[in-house]
Order: sequence, then structure tokens, then C-alpha cells
Amino acid sequence: MSLIMLSSPHAHGGDSIRMIMLTVMLALLPAAGVSVYLFGWMAVLLIVTCMLTALMTEALCLKWMGRPVSTLLDNSAALTGLFLALTLPAATPWWMAVLGSVFAIVLGKQLYGGLGYNIFNPALSARVILLISFPLNMTTWIMPMSASMGAVEPVINLYDFSTCVTLFFAGPGALGFDAISMASPLGYIKTEATLGVPVADALNAYGYSYLDAFLGFEAGSIGETSALALLIGGIFLLARHSITWHIPFSYIVTVLLLAWLFNALNPDQFATPMFHLFAGGLILCAFFMATDPVSSPVTPLGQVVFGVGCGVITWSIRTWGGYPEGAMFAVLLMNCAVPLIDHYFRPRVYGHKHRNES
Amino acid sequence: MPAMVRKLAQRLGMLQHSFVGGVHPNMHKLTADIAIEECDIAPVHVLPMKQHIGEICSPLVGVGDLVLRGQKIARSEGYLSVPVHAPTSGRVVKIEEHTIPHPSGMGLPSIFIESDGDDKNDESRAPISDWINTDPTQLRERARMCGLAGLGGAVFPTFIKLVQDKRFPIETVVLNGIECEPYLTNDHRLMLEHAEEILEGMAIIMHMVGADSGIIAVEDNKQDAADTMQQALDARSDMENVVVLVLPTRYPQGSEKQLIYTLTGREVPAGKLPMHIGVLCQNVGTTKALYDAVVLGKPLTERTVTVSGDALPNPTNLRVRLGTPVRTLFARQGLEDFSDIQIVHGGPMMGERLKNPDFPVVKSSTGLLAMSVQAMKAAHTVEQPCIRCGHCSEACPVSLVPNLLADQCRSDQFEKAAQYDLFDCIECGACSYVCPSNIPLVHYFRYGKGQLALQRREDSFAEASRKRSEARDARIEREKAEKAARRTRVRQTHAPKTDEAKAETAAETGGGAKPAAEATVADSKTVESKD
Repeated sequence: MSLIMLSSPHAHGGDSIRMIMLTVMLALLPAAGVSVYLFGWMAVLLIVTCMLTALMTEALCLKWMGRPVSTLLDNSAALTGLFLALTLPAATPWWMAVLGSVFAIVLGKQLYGGLGYNIFNPALSARVILLISFPLNMTTWIMPMSASMGAVEPVINLYDFSTCVTLFFAGPGALGFDAISMASPLGYIKTEATLGVPVADALNAYGYSYLDAFLGFEAGSIGETSALALLIGGIFLLARHSITWHIPFSYIVTVLLLAWLFNALNPDQFATPMFHLFAGGLILCAFFMATDPVSSPVTPLGQVVFGVGCGVITWSIRTWGGYPEGAMFAVLLMNCAVPLIDHYFRPRVYGHKHRNES
Repeated sequence: MPAMVRKLAQRLGMLQHSFVGGVHPNMHKLTADIAIEECDIAPVHVLPMKQHIGEICSPLVGVGDLVLRGQKIARSEGYLSVPVHAPTSGRVVKIEEHTIPHPSGMGLPSIFIESDGDDKNDESRAPISDWINTDPTQLRERARMCGLAGLGGAVFPTFIKLVQDKRFPIETVVLNGIECEPYLTNDHRLMLEHAEEILEGMAIIMHMVGADSGIIAVEDNKQDAADTMQQALDARSDMENVVVLVLPTRYPQGSEKQLIYTLTGREVPAGKLPMHIGVLCQNVGTTKALYDAVVLGKPLTERTVTVSGDALPNPTNLRVRLGTPVRTLFARQGLEDFSDIQIVHGGPMMGERLKNPDFPVVKSSTGLLAMSVQAMKAAHTVEQPCIRCGHCSEACPVSLVPNLLADQCRSDQFEKAAQYDLFDCIECGACSYVCPSNIPLVHYFRYGKGQLALQRREDSFAEASRKRSEARDARIEREKAEKAARRTRVRQTHAPKTDEAKAETAAETGGGAKPAAEATVADSKTVESKD
């Protein structure tokens, strides 16, 4: 046994990075399954492309950096690929999926020094790079279960493999369309709000229903539409003790409180709490993105502060910002604050009267 | 339950107090049902001159001297120290350095006693059966003279805690029967087999410190021990204010500060002792040893040791004389080949890993574990990067943020680590136990503490020498000034004199320091003008 110095404890609980990452992937299974159900082969193509690219990029990076390529087995790159895929619109072309995965691994993770050293959530930072670089593609939603072009009828069959491969690799032009477009509920009410249309009327015109939003039958990124599937995964993570309640709870409650308060003040201008809860990437971000251990605070109180910050920024961007959805910006912005939060919100140490008293 | 919810519930009075964090390791209490066996007296006993926290002892015997069991063979030097006694009768064969159970493999001067096989007792210490009418200071001296030190593993000299201080009256005596380390069962067996003696010892402690209430704390994996203690308690009429409390098993519940919080809801302030909040905590083994010392007049010459481990054929609990070579204990339990064995002294969570079994049983030997290489490898795999999962913070019973502390220690930012309360770490190992990246956090903390202590010692040394040098400069200045002043006085009393005297003065001051010479010149001028 080539051990020079062994320091206690001489027992270990058996937890490992690989298992933690695997648990999160398992928790994403319902959401991934629903995305395949809703968006057919497009979801499959996106998930496979992103995960494979992420793994390959990680392997190359590790090789170039002279680190053991077996590090790949810690599942973190695969998870990043899966995360990214689930935040992409169904009509994302292949090259954007590949580019996004490369961004996530190289810019989001390895340039900081690899696993554990990144400030920002790699998948989210890649998604934001894509959103800023290709705003049109990244806000082109297609309706689940089919692909409608707004009110016009011609439909792309998402469950037909060859159609999807054509759409994925050659774009909608190859299928005879100039573009496919459908507004997400968040985007729709934002546009309508600028025209002075009350929220309720706009949602009526959109054909919005809370049940559809809860189950996932609405336009959006492939993995974020179904609140139900994400909640199942989130509860699994909580039960497995992979995450604690602090971030998701404080994040969602903050959004709900702000939405409730402003909706009560002026229902015409501000959407209801339930709408905010099921809309966009809130639940995905709250349970999966904001809780990414590397880029979130370690202390319980710090996590609550982090969650509240995410909630305030999410709701503010949705309500007043230029983008319809603010969840991922919120998480990334709060990621920057993590070292500060960790410093100021340490727990009170046993035997000390006050927090941060040494 | 999340710590915040628990704290909230506690504030609302919905829950009993309970320390934060902690882990639930696999307990491996293989020897819980095995009665304590009497271990044979070894041919040669090795007694290190320091088996406690504090100052090293100095030998009182020489090579060739005959000693009796219980005879004091080494004197304590300084306050924080207790003497060492001969574990059996025999002859001192040599006094030289021998390995002690320390991870570095370091040695200490040790007395080697060859047993004569008669095991004759030193009868010079009279039993104090009427301790209730004995002055506590006399009992305290008995505890010191009998070499008592905390047998839970920390080996803090017991007599220091057994004191009545008017500023800090002890209200509650806590009998620590938690034994939260995996594998260890010697306290468990002591409670089952020696409940009456332990209670008597507790009564002595309560008498000594003037406490009127007591708590016997036992974890629920030792329900039988708790029941036995309760029965023994019911049989006594003088301990109505003592209760047996059964606590849910959680590591590190047996840690003094954590246990006190769980039992009383009060925290021992940082840098203070339990006595400062009116609590005294004693381990059951120590309490039994106090009974032996006071009521039987027997110094500390033996202790119970759990000999166990996943690689040991016959684990057991043994009553062992101090100084017995560990190799013979393992041999007794069927282990002779140590080629694929890792030895742990103490429990797996806080014990020291030792390279070979050539060390004696000492006062801190709670357990001797023979671990397989596989088991140790599983606990000590290659360190991976921290993913900041925060499991360490959740597990920390003192609410530190171990991953940040480890970063600081690793990058030699020791002062910053101290600001993050590095010195409040109790080194329980809960953080390392839960770490998915297998980071040896406690190891970093020990390194940080050591480096910081060294740095502070050097700083204080530098500070002291700076002060010394300044004081020296000041003294030289002062002496010069005094000299000059004296000369002036001398000249004033004797002047005006002849020219000879003047020349003499000039010659005298010529070799002197400059200010003094100037002063002389000025003085002589005034003298001249007076003329």
C-alpha cells in the first residue's frame, strides 16, 4: 500500500462525484422523457448531440492539459451536455448544439481549471452565449407534439425520424419553410404588454392554460416546459439529499411573492404567480441550475440569500427587462456573488456569539 | 432534518436540543456482546513518560530497581501533568526511548519493567471509603497522585477538572457513556459490568465539585447499558438528581462540547471550558478509574481496550495493564502477520494510523484496530477537486465551512483560516467522512493549525527578542545618562580643584561616550566661570 501518511478519519461514507452527477442525471430523466414525448426525435437528436460533444470536448481538453482522461468518468461533462440540451429550443440546428457544448466545456469549465473551479454554471453560460450570439434561433420556439407555424396549418411531424434529421442538419428551408416560429407565453405577454394589452387578455389570445403549462404542452426549451416532470426530478434530488431545500424553495417563493404582490397591485400589467411559476425555465433553474454545487454557495443561509437573489432578478427581468425570460441570467448573475455570499453568510460557529466572529 | 428547520423548531420549543451536523457511520460494534476479558500480564511492560496531555514526567526509578504494582515510577513535572505508575511488580530493566502511538512514529523516554510474575501491589495508598466526609482537595490530590487522565482518548489530567471554583460553580456532572466511535465498545461493556462502581465514581465527582445534579448520557445503540445504569441508579438512594438520558446515535455525539449542548442547550464559549458554564463532563472509564483510585486506593495501571477491526480474527474487549506491547494483544486475538494490515490506535474516525504494532498500550488507548488494506484504501482514495457540494458544512458539528478552510490551509493562508475559525475545529472527521471528492479535510486543518501555531510562536519569539533588544538599548541609554549625571555631581562637589584634577578629569572622560564627554566639557566651563 503506497500510503505515506494517513490522517483520520479512516472511514468514508462512500459518496463520490460520479454518483452525485449520476443522481442528477437520473433526476433529469423525467424531464428528458417528457421532452422526447413532446418534441419527438428533435429532443433525442439534441440530447445525444450535446452529450456526445460535451464528452468529446472534455476528453480533448483533458488530453491537452495532460490530465487523466479517466476523469471523464466523473459524469460531469455528460451532465453538462444534458443540461444544455434541455435548455435549447426544439428547432436548434446541429451546429448550434455542437457549438454550445464546446462553449460549455471549454469556456464554461476547463478555462477556469476544470471541475470545481468554474464560477458560472457551464451549461447556462453556454446557453447565454448562444442566446446573445444567435438571438433569432434561440427564440424560435415550436409547438410541442407538432410544429405549427403560428396560425398557419402546415405541420412538421416531429415523430418522423427523417423529417427531424433534415430539420436538425439542414434547417427548415430543406423542408420548404422559411422559418418556424411560435412565441413562448413569456415572450407573447411581453410583446403584448408593449402594445398595452392587459396580461389576462394576452394570455386568452395566446390560448394559455395553467394545466397545459404544468404538464408541458406549451412552447419553450425542450426540457423546461413540463413543470410536473421537473418537480418529480427535484423531489427525487431532495429525497436523495443531493440538494437541500434552501435554494429551490427560496428562489421559487421569492418569485411567487413578488408576482403575487405586483399582481395584486395591478393585475393588468403584472402576470399571476402561477403563470410565473410554470413559465419559462424557473423550475428547471430553481431545482437544477441554481443548485449546481460548484457555482452556488455552500452555507445554508448563503443558499437562501442566493435563492432570494435569483428570484428577484428572474422576476425583474421577466417584468421589466429586455428579454422575456430572466431565470438563467439571474442564476449567472448570482453565481458571481457566490464568493461574497460564502464569506458573509457563514453560519455562527459553536461557542461564538455572532456570525463571522473569530 | 435541515439544520435551519431544526434550529427553528428548537427555538419554538418543539424539539429537544441537539448538536448540528454529524454523520451516521457504520458502527461495526463487533464486540458489544463480548464481556471484558482479563489480559495476561506481559513479560515486559513499556511505560512512556507522557501518557496524558501536558508536561512530560521524569523517572523516579533507576535500572535494576524493584517496583511494586501501583508504585509511582515517574514524577509529574509542572501543573498539567500526572505521574506514571508501575503496572505490575518486577524490575526496571532499562530506561530508553521507545515508540509511542503517534502517527509520526516518534518515541519518548520510557521505563521498561520486567514482570516478576507475582503481581504484588503497592499497599501504601489507603482506600478512602468514607469519601463523603473527606475534603474534596484531598480527593483531588488522590486523583492526581493516582495518575488519572481522561480515558475517553483525550487523556486530559482528570484532577484539573475536579475542582470547586467559586466563580464557576458546577451545577451538572455529565457522565459520558456515548462512545460514538465505530468499533469501540469498552465504555459500553464497562457500563454493563461495572455500573455500581461507575455510579459510585460519579457520586465522588459530584461530591468533589459540589454539583447537585447529574446526567448519564448513553446512545440508543447501547440501550442495555442505559437500562443497567438506570437499575443501578434506582438501587441508590443518594442520587435522586441524576438521570439516565438515551440519545439517538449520531457521530460525534460523545464530543464534550456537542454533548453538553445536546443535554443542556448551552454552548461552551469559544476558548472556555465546560466549567465556565457550570458543567463537568467525565467519561465512564475515567469515572470507574476514579472509583478505583479513591475507594480502592488503586492508581491507574490498567484500562479496558477494544481490540477489533475488520482484519482481526477474534475481536474482543480486554482489561489490559498499561505498557503491554500491542503486538502481544493482537497475537492473543489471533493476528500475527501484519504484512497486509493497517493498525489504528483509537477509533476509525479520530484514531491514529500506525505503521507497525511495536508500541505499548497507554492511557489513551481506547481501541486497537487491525484494518484490512482494502478498508483503509476505501477510506483514503485519491483526492479529487472540491465540487463545493457543501456536505462538509452540513456535517460539521461546529458549523465551520470546511471546504473554504481547506482551500485556505492548502494555499497557506493561515491567518485567513484562523479568521474562519480554524481553531474551533474539533477534528472529528465528519467532513472528510462525507466528502464525495475524498478530500482529507481534517489533514489540511491539522496542517494549518500546526503551521499557524508555529508561525505564532515564531512571531511571539521575534516580538520577545525585539522587546529584549529595545529594553537593552533603553537600559544602556539609561546607564549612560546615569553615569553622566553621577559624574556631573562628582565634579560639582569636588570642583574647583587644581589643574591636575582637571587634567585627570579630561583623561577620564576622553575614552568615554560622546554625550558624556560633551557634558564634561560644558560642566568644566561652568566650573571655570564659577571661578
